[in-house]
Amino acid sequence: MKDINELNLPEDVKYTKDHEWAKAEGDTVTIGINDYAQDQLGEIVFVEMPREGDAFSAEDEFGSVESVKAVSEMYMPISGEIVAVNEDLEDAPEKVNEDCYQSGWIIKVKASDLSEMDALMDKAAYLEMLKG
Amino acid sequence: MMTRRPGTKGLIFNEPNVWDKSREGRCAISLPKSDVERAPLDPALTGDAPDLPQLSELDVVRHYTRLSQWNFGVDSGMYPLGSCTMKYNPKTNEVQAARQGFAGAHPLAGDECSQGALRLMYDLEQYLAEITGFDAVTLQPAAGAHGELTGMLIIHAYHAKQGRQRSKIIIPDTAHGTNPASATLCGYKSVNLKSGPKGILEPEAVAAVMDEETAGIMITNPNTLGLFEENIKEICEIVHAKGGLVYGDGANMNAIMGVVKPGTVGIDVLHLNLHKTFSTPHGGGGPGSGPVAVTRELIPFLPIPRLEKELDTFKFVTDCPDTIGRLHTFYGHFGVMVRAYAYILTMGAKGLLDASRLAVLNANYIKESLKNTLNLPYDRPCMHECVFNDARQQAHHITTMDMAKRLLDYGFHPPTVYFPLVVEGAFMVEPTETESKEDIDQFIDAVKAIAKEAETDPEKLTRAPVLPKVTRLDEVAAARKPCLRG
Amino acid sequence: MRYLPHTQEDIQKMLAVAGSSSLDDLFKTIPDAVKVKGGLNLPEPMSEWELNDHMEKLASQNIACKAYTCLIGAGSYDHYIPAIIPYLVSRSEFATAYTPYQPEVSQGTLQGIYEFQTMITDLLGMDIATASHYDCGTALAECALIALRKNRKADKIAVSDLVHPGHRQIIETYLKPTGYEMVLIPHTRDGLTDIAALEAMDGIAGLAVQSPNFFGHIEDLAAFKKIADDKKILFITSFTEALAWGVLKKPGSFGADLVAGEGQSLGIPKSFGGPGLGLLAGTSKLMRDLPGRLVGRTKDANGQDGYVLTLSTREQHIRREKASSNICSNNGLNAMTAAMYLSTIGKIGIREIAQLNHDKAIYLKSALTGAGFEPAFDSPFFNEFVMKAPRDFSLKRADLISRHCLFAGLDLAPYYPELTDHYLFCATEKVSKEQMDQLAKEVA
Repeated sequence: MKDINELNLPEDVKYTKDHEWAKAEGDTVTIGINDYAQDQLGEIVFVEMPREGDAFSAEDEFGSVESVKAVSEMYMPISGEIVAVNEDLEDAPEKVNEDCYQSGWIIKVKASDLSEMDALMDKAAYLEMLKG
Repeated sequence: MMTRRPGTKGLIFNEPNVWDKSREGRCAISLPKSDVERAPLDPALTGDAPDLPQLSELDVVRHYTRLSQWNFGVDSGMYPLGSCTMKYNPKTNEVQAARQGFAGAHPLAGDECSQGALRLMYDLEQYLAEITGFDAVTLQPAAGAHGELTGMLIIHAYHAKQGRQRSKIIIPDTAHGTNPASATLCGYKSVNLKSGPKGILEPEAVAAVMDEETAGIMITNPNTLGLFEENIKEICEIVHAKGGLVYGDGANMNAIMGVVKPGTVGIDVLHLNLHKTFSTPHGGGGPGSGPVAVTRELIPFLPIPRLEKELDTFKFVTDCPDTIGRLHTFYGHFGVMVRAYAYILTMGAKGLLDASRLAVLNANYIKESLKNTLNLPYDRPCMHECVFNDARQQAHHITTMDMAKRLLDYGFHPPTVYFPLVVEGAFMVEPTETESKEDIDQFIDAVKAIAKEAETDPEKLTRAPVLPKVTRLDEVAAARKPCLRG
Repeated sequence: MRYLPHTQEDIQKMLAVAGSSSLDDLFKTIPDAVKVKGGLNLPEPMSEWELNDHMEKLASQNIACKAYTCLIGAGSYDHYIPAIIPYLVSRSEFATAYTPYQPEVSQGTLQGIYEFQTMITDLLGMDIATASHYDCGTALAECALIALRKNRKADKIAVSDLVHPGHRQIIETYLKPTGYEMVLIPHTRDGLTDIAALEAMDGIAGLAVQSPNFFGHIEDLAAFKKIADDKKILFITSFTEALAWGVLKKPGSFGADLVAGEGQSLGIPKSFGGPGLGLLAGTSKLMRDLPGRLVGRTKDANGQDGYVLTLSTREQHIRREKASSNICSNNGLNAMTAAMYLSTIGKIGIREIAQLNHDKAIYLKSALTGAGFEPAFDSPFFNEFVMKAPRDFSLKRADLISRHCLFAGLDLAPYYPELTDHYLFCATEKVSKEQMDQLAKEVA
């Protein structure tokens, strides 16, 4: 497993305490799990995703990622409606391991209140939390 | 002295899938000439015959004989799988279960024509009640997890009868994974409880979470660390004081037969695993049997049909208004009950007590013999199993899994690994009473040799096993692109 | 005690290492207050020959100890078991192994179960079959729970009242604490599930219908599939006689979403009702919703083919309180038995045996009709059917049991109170024309 210093944590996304990342473009927010989460889980074999049109509040469970020996739930960083899910992951869940911020994204959400993004952590705050 | 290791490479045959041996026109059963007229069904109702393999009788015999040779069983060697009680499965039990009067019995032949089966079940219920200290037993649950579900349904029905259902159940961190799953099926939310620094539950911790919304607690005793819950009596009193019930997971009953009767210390409902404590074979994953024992207060909730004795005849009764209902199409796994019954009659009271004593002796002997080799997180007298971990081997980048796989090359089935979850990298050894000192010494030597290899030649571990038919399998590929049929 | 290997010397040496002064001292962490006072009150231990006598005495109190003629089915069937089946399945490498959690030394169990899964999918025409459940009733209850979870807007499951009565009771038991409800679909005068009654039902998550049903009749599964599609609910079908699929159209061909079945007919002794073999099959779409173990094919590190338990994240030991089922074991050895049986009878044998069952049942029905019984229904059946018996039959039936060890049908009144004097008969390949003629003569 990676050392904290080895983690790939881009500056241009926000982080949650449950190790998701979120990035807003207009009122559409792309969400995935971060490098720490994919590294902890190990080789991901399945991603359970919501359906387009489903609506969630912040901190609701919206899906799960599975490795061979573990399941980890994913929670909404913000409130909103699902506008897209990454269908490529159905056949290639390994993309979450290989490239969790680009081709391994999980859902896109139309945010109901973009200001909720402000409550999320930036890289520095997230690293601080990891170091505990 | 040169260590004798049972592990070696025998002649292992390759064998394809059964359908690859199929040739059109073969059939391994001789069919009689029919003595009645052919009566074709309406073609609208019929379909093609299933595409089953076509083989001769010897093809079938060889196929399954070869497959069997790729398996490790208790009859092959020591199988110290923690929490699973892989003791010797006596052969006479198989003979008893195969008697025509038992194996050929139809479940709906009627009570009068089934007195032998009913008497056997009735007596087995009595024996299990005596061993566990409860007032009544049902044999209906088909497996341990099924027994757990039965127990939780009884607790649920009890609270419903009291007029107020509760919403939560306390589950310690040392519980089997089936415990929270069974509770969920009954609509109870699991309240996780940490065990104390000694690896057992502390009464104060139970008192802190036990309230009148809580249906009860599920306790495995001895727990999955192999430790006796010393505060069991006090914990039961705390739970009872708030109107809750105590569920006992009896999976580890093999440690305490004739030593402790769970029914007399405050536990209200307990399941047993006949395939663990009472020597019936595990069968590569079943069939098991999970009888449930209860106190007098809970008898009305037991599943139907109940077995009753009147003078010297036995009958099934279904007229039980508070019953949780039926859990098996008929009466449970009768064939497994016959084996357990034969075991209890062979052992007797003294034999069962000795079994528990020697199971505990074997485990403590291993614990003391290996605690300088493997890390022992809870260094206390254990019951029938002891839990080590890989903390000392981590420096050489060797994990519990590597040691487990290397043990296969030495001719031993590995212990349970990565369970219980409270011990990181757990290596959980349950030798059982039927292993001799010589076999246990060989096992201890093997673990020591492996720990040495971990320092000097770690590749031997990371590449293990090399002797079995296959080496480590790609479980990631299996789960990403499941191939579940040929 | 022959199962306990320790000599006195071993015990002393081991106690010394363990740091205990005696065997009792090993239990010093157990407070005295909870220890057993005095020994267990159990019978004196028996030698093996004493045990043999005792067990044979018990077994002989079951009528089954004699050569008896079994014309009862109702979920437990009297089929011929070829000699190689018990011989092979008693190989201790299969019987004394645990669940195949260490796949390197469990390839026998794993390949055997993989082949079992494959043969069951062939038998039922389904995409996926699990590594087995306890029995049909518990598998069917699991199917009901899947339907209710998949269709959260509904809180009811519709179940035909011609589903085996025991299975319906199990569903009820499983649903009781969940707040979900089982609603019964009545049956028609033809002894078939009432399609019109089902059509009128609302708020249901799925429908379950058994075929051949409890009366032995073959249901119109295509019609139920259509209703399931119209209502957008799961279509569950069950069966108790697995050999029916040697000749009947497979449930998968009608578009069943889930199939629960009893596999006892596949080489497994009746054994007073258990252990049998619960079969559970589904479509690929439901793969991750299926409870219980699954074996999958993969490769080892050297590129060799091998098998592992897979998709285990669905299971209780990982998901704990979030698991959809608490099932842990399967009836593995009986699944292995069924695979051996299916390999033995093969494509030719299963067709022939299935047809023989039907032929004999047709003969038995006509023989009974000739002896004064009335057919209760006129629907097509496989190897079970219902007859209305002459008034005095119940006495004759008891007499047939005591004089000829012949079980002539199952009294249906306890299960369907309106069916007084109605009996459910079953004929398998084992019953001879002579036995059936004798029965007809005795009851006429």
